[in-house]
Amino acid sequence: MRTYVLRRLLGAIPLLFGASLLIFLVFALTPGDFIDGNINLTPQRAAELKALYGLDRPLWARYLSWLSQLLHGDLGFSLQHQIPVSTLLGQYLWSSFLLALVSLLLYWTLSLAVGVLAAVRPYGWFDRVVTLLVFAAMSFPVFFLCLLLIKWFAVDLGWLPVGGMISIGSNATGWDYALDVARHMVLPVLTLVMLQAGGLTRYVRASMLDALAMDCVRTARAKGLPERVVILRHALRNALLPLIALLGFELPGLFAGAIVTEKIFNWPGVGHIHIDTLAARDYPVLMSFTLLLAVLTIVGNLLADVLSALADPRIRLR
Amino acid sequence: MNQPLIEFDRLSVQFATEQGVARAVQEVSFAIHAGESVAVVGESGCGKSVTALSLMGLLPPAPACRLGGEVRLGAANLLALPPAAWRPLRGRDIAMVFQEPMSALNPVLSVGEQLMEPLLTHRQLSLAAAWQQAIALLQQVGIARPEAIAASYPHQLSGGMLQRVMLAIAISCQPRLLIADEPTTALDVTIQAQILDLLRRLQQASGMALLLITHDLGIVAEMADRVVVMYAGRVVETGSVRDIFRHPQHPYTQGLLASRPVPGRRLDRLAAIPGQVPSPLALPDHCAFAERCPHARPACLRRQPELQATSHTQQAACLLLNAEEAA
Repeated sequence: MRTYVLRRLLGAIPLLFGASLLIFLVFALTPGDFIDGNINLTPQRAAELKALYGLDRPLWARYLSWLSQLLHGDLGFSLQHQIPVSTLLGQYLWSSFLLALVSLLLYWTLSLAVGVLAAVRPYGWFDRVVTLLVFAAMSFPVFFLCLLLIKWFAVDLGWLPVGGMISIGSNATGWDYALDVARHMVLPVLTLVMLQAGGLTRYVRASMLDALAMDCVRTARAKGLPERVVILRHALRNALLPLIALLGFELPGLFAGAIVTEKIFNWPGVGHIHIDTLAARDYPVLMSFTLLLAVLTIVGNLLADVLSALADPRIRLR
Repeated sequence: MNQPLIEFDRLSVQFATEQGVARAVQEVSFAIHAGESVAVVGESGCGKSVTALSLMGLLPPAPACRLGGEVRLGAANLLALPPAAWRPLRGRDIAMVFQEPMSALNPVLSVGEQLMEPLLTHRQLSLAAAWQQAIALLQQVGIARPEAIAASYPHQLSGGMLQRVMLAIAISCQPRLLIADEPTTALDVTIQAQILDLLRRLQQASGMALLLITHDLGIVAEMADRVVVMYAGRVVETGSVRDIFRHPQHPYTQGLLASRPVPGRRLDRLAAIPGQVPSPLALPDHCAFAERCPHARPACLRRQPELQATSHTQQAACLLLNAEEAA
């Protein structure tokens, strides 16, 4: 088990370097940069600024200096905001994380429960209703769903705030603050859960149907075990194995920010600054952010491998 | 004769498929007495396994699957039981061993855990007692180092070992009937002999009845007291092993026996029954074997033969047995 984890860890290192090179090339080879975007600059001043930021140096030199910067733990400096990238991301990352984590927990719980129930009686009335709702939720465009929820719950009924993370002018602390944030979170979380739960429910249902068709489930029934034990202990344990890999891929998603949802609900998350920095061609921020997501993807996969090994003796005891 | 342990009384099983209704089992009647070994023989798709699964209540629920007739355990008709009443019977009164030991055990649970489950469910043993019992059962089925095996997972064991584990699970609650559905088909020949030997010893030690599903006549000759020959979902002949092997009455049984390879006799081609088993989706109203039967008469294409006694231990379903009708 220990050698298995160690092997996976070592394998991740070349992957990280490959990711950094790819990300660098994509942004460095894209025509135009932060300075080209500013039409008020004289050509002379623009050349001065490019020399200042090192944009006139050859590609390989720029990559190496970015890499050595990264290895020293320095993510660079935001050209647009004029603060270090780590400070900028730090301000927005955690509010995105909060939103994503709460909706992740909710839609995984929901999808597991609904998917298993639908698979136990496939093509029954519950399964049919779920299938219909899943496709309805999945086919809603995000922006439309957001606006619809705002119209119903914030404008017409006035139950919940329209957007933002805290009430304007609020200086609540402790529980009052938490409650205020929670009230602001309801609608964006609802949106994200509705968008994500559909696909995941289909995965869970399919995986559970496969597991229920296994010979060992028939054996479990033949042993006279209660149906609850057959479903949860014998079938679900097997159905969860392919879902673990899927869970690993959720890790980068926790920090990526939901661009449209955050924008519409005015949630101060990274999805929000992602768009802004893209428009301003603030490449240091974009590169660091993309690299961060790449690292999280690799780590997420690694975690999924370890979790799979813990859950599946066929991997653990090889 | 005394009251049979299990009695199939005109059992019919139909599956609703997209192509139509598949009549997997039709009007099957036979009995199993306590301690007796009954072998059900026939080609693939003749309804052997479905008959066994109906006894376990493991067929898919209606409307995908429709059952007719009765399967009685003592006086109770099992087919009329609600699902909740089935459960305590399975694994305790009737246990089953399946064909593929590699997939019949759960890959993510240890052998010991799977062996303890019926003990905990049916006999309400404590965890420690169930563990002790599991070890004892593994010893009983001839597994050396039972503690190490109980802690291992199915993928670490060979097919023969796994089938021993399956047998240990099956006998764990001392069932009155053990159903073995092709228990050795997936195993090497040498292992087959060991497993059959073990099966016979376990049966003798506990006095349980055995319902053996197989297509291997060698196994039948070795293991069974009585034989039920099935063809296209119907019983075509039943009798003692001696009856069936010495004086087969039905042309299908005769064909099966003739197509066995005989050691020492070299032939260019093994004898085979020409043609194929009719699809359960399109079974004829007349004798289903008539198209393949070397002795078929016009009468055979007109109606369905009934099982009739040919001696006091043997029955066959063939119109040719009534000479005047066949003429």
